[in-house]
Amino acid sequence: MEQCANYLGLIPLFPLLGAVFIGLLHVFTCKRTALPEKVYGILACVGPVLAFVLALKVFVALKGLAPEARFLSYKAFTWFSVGELHIDMGFLADPLSCLMLLFVTFIGSLIHIYSIGYMGGDKNYGKFFAYMNLFLGSMLVLVLGNGPVVMFVGWEGVGLCSYLLISFYSEDRSNVLAGNKAFIVNRVGDLGFVLGMSFLFWGIGAHGFDYLSLKANVHHLEPAVALTVCLLLFVGATGKSAQIPLYVWLPDAMAGPTPVSALIHAATMVTAGVYMVARFSFLYAGVELAGNIVAWIGILTALLAAIFGMFQEDIKKVLAYSTVSQLGYMFAGVGVAAYSAGIFHVFTHAFFKALLFLGAGSVIYALHHEQNIWKMGGLKKKMPKTYITMVIGALALAGCPPFSGFFSKDEILYSALATGHFGIWAIGVLVAGMTAYYTFRMIFVVFHGEPRDHHAYEHATDAPSVMTVPLIILAIGALCAGLLNLPGIFGGDQVVSHWLAPSLTEHHPHGGVFLEILAIAASVVAFVIGIKIAYTKFGHGAQEPFFSGFADFAYHKFYVDELYDRIIVQPYKAIGSSIWKVIEPNVTDAPVKGVSRLYMVLGTAFKVFQVGYVRVYALYMVLGLGIMSLLLSQSLN
Amino acid sequence: MMHGYLYLSIILFCLGIVGVVARRNVFTVFMSIELMLNAANLVFVTFARVHENIDGHVLAMMVMAVAAAEAALALAVVILLHKHKSKLDTNVFSLLKG
Repeated sequence: MEQCANYLGLIPLFPLLGAVFIGLLHVFTCKRTALPEKVYGILACVGPVLAFVLALKVFVALKGLAPEARFLSYKAFTWFSVGELHIDMGFLADPLSCLMLLFVTFIGSLIHIYSIGYMGGDKNYGKFFAYMNLFLGSMLVLVLGNGPVVMFVGWEGVGLCSYLLISFYSEDRSNVLAGNKAFIVNRVGDLGFVLGMSFLFWGIGAHGFDYLSLKANVHHLEPAVALTVCLLLFVGATGKSAQIPLYVWLPDAMAGPTPVSALIHAATMVTAGVYMVARFSFLYAGVELAGNIVAWIGILTALLAAIFGMFQEDIKKVLAYSTVSQLGYMFAGVGVAAYSAGIFHVFTHAFFKALLFLGAGSVIYALHHEQNIWKMGGLKKKMPKTYITMVIGALALAGCPPFSGFFSKDEILYSALATGHFGIWAIGVLVAGMTAYYTFRMIFVVFHGEPRDHHAYEHATDAPSVMTVPLIILAIGALCAGLLNLPGIFGGDQVVSHWLAPSLTEHHPHGGVFLEILAIAASVVAFVIGIKIAYTKFGHGAQEPFFSGFADFAYHKFYVDELYDRIIVQPYKAIGSSIWKVIEPNVTDAPVKGVSRLYMVLGTAFKVFQVGYVRVYALYMVLGLGIMSLLLSQSLN
Repeated sequence: MMHGYLYLSIILFCLGIVGVVARRNVFTVFMSIELMLNAANLVFVTFARVHENIDGHVLAMMVMAVAAAEAALALAVVILLHKHKSKLDTNVFSLLKG
């Protein structure tokens, strides 16, 4: 049933080779004469673009097969084999991973091209692109891996690269701390993933530990084990995809360069958790409780992040919380077993979130690294291209019909409604309104009204075309991507859902036309109300508000960071320092130091015999020989 | 008759030991060592006579040859020691003191 395709291995290989090559080039030249930036720029784009071309080839190859037989696989080598565990370094392309491949490589390539302009003049230009290529390569390993173990390689790879890139401007201590935070929080999630994987192997791993074997054997899994596996894997997903309670790293990840934020939020990293849940849909579909937990955590994260997003003043933080919020929607989607809806939202979200981040990057670039929205304003006239593309992105994010975000979000909300999750649906609609509000609050404050900082305003212009062309391409994507999965009520035939069907275990809910119209109407009303409030408050220029009460509480993100610091970080540090100060000197060091002290005492005792006079040594010799002679003579008798 | 030789040899050997251990002049120590070697030679020769074979004589000759070589070496060492500290007192040379 599976077909072999050798070129699958090349897809992650190109960016990874690019990373090694650029990295070596940078290491050997950065000390002396740095190479021109063009060299790095071109080298860096080769890997992602070639990967995209190959992804298209995979797509064409899959399309040529019958829907049930759409599997391409390639086994590079046997990685290790211990007892019953046989792990191949193998890759699998099915409709799900193919869709991920297409947009990850496409958006990744655009972000690389954009970075050529954005990172211009940076002294670590080469290092940046080496990390970016490594990031993309790791994500492709994650997506293409044929089993949980290979996926985990990419999973860890993106974690590492996010750490490297978030703390890229490492002269500033707070950036390094943000990188550390991302890495450590991710490690907490990774532990869940590893445990989940171990339980899965313990349950049904003996018959093969790749997705297809697991899928075939999933009915052998005990229900309790399946629930444990689902929840532990979801812990991994909360870390990587920034859900409650591990979402805290993502807003801090804004410390990195803006293209990195775009890459993390759109194409790589945060979508990994949703992909993983969809990948294991055969597992989650059988455990309803796990699905409900996933959905509720997702929707609550969406609500929480939307509340935070409404009060942020840093343009990138607004977008960061909107990502957390949208990821919450995706988990709500996969949680209510609408896997294709969740993945479709990942797909559309990649376009508009990359667009918004790159647009925000252009604004930041034009204003010389100013990120506070209350120092911007009136930029509409100065940066028309950025303005138009960002408005398209914002409309898509806010869920305005017929932009892409509307269709994907509506699909999730409709699925929640049709499967009877009314609470999730209601919160989802509320969050949709809030999303419209905070997105357009950002747009109005940044682009409309009067300029607040005239000096910066005078110098602001649209970015060079190497940066605006990716914006325009992404804007077209954000505009049209939703049409790919047009639901039946608009005369479409849900192309993406049908395409994904062979990879997923899902039953499309049939709620009837009434529910469908209800879902759409509620979303549209929420959108309109949200944008109306934003317009009245910020449409004609507004001054920086003074927060008090609840707003102040939300502005400080409910003090969750401080709470985590108090209940987790500080006790952990206390344990660490007590080990360092009490246990280490008294328990582990004591025997070691005791041994050295013992030899010291013995040495001092025996030192007296070493008088240094040759005649005394002669005496010892005589005495020794005398004693030996006596003993010898006795034994002879 | 044999016991007389052996007693003499023991007395000589003990004198040598006392000389090495108790005296501090390098030359005295050196002469005491020679004394011990000769005490041993006397024992060899005595037993060669008692057993009526030649082995003991051979060994005594060997010891003499070795003693001569050792004397040449030891005197050179003594000269160097004297150059170093301008003294021939063994108590002066105590670098190995712990």
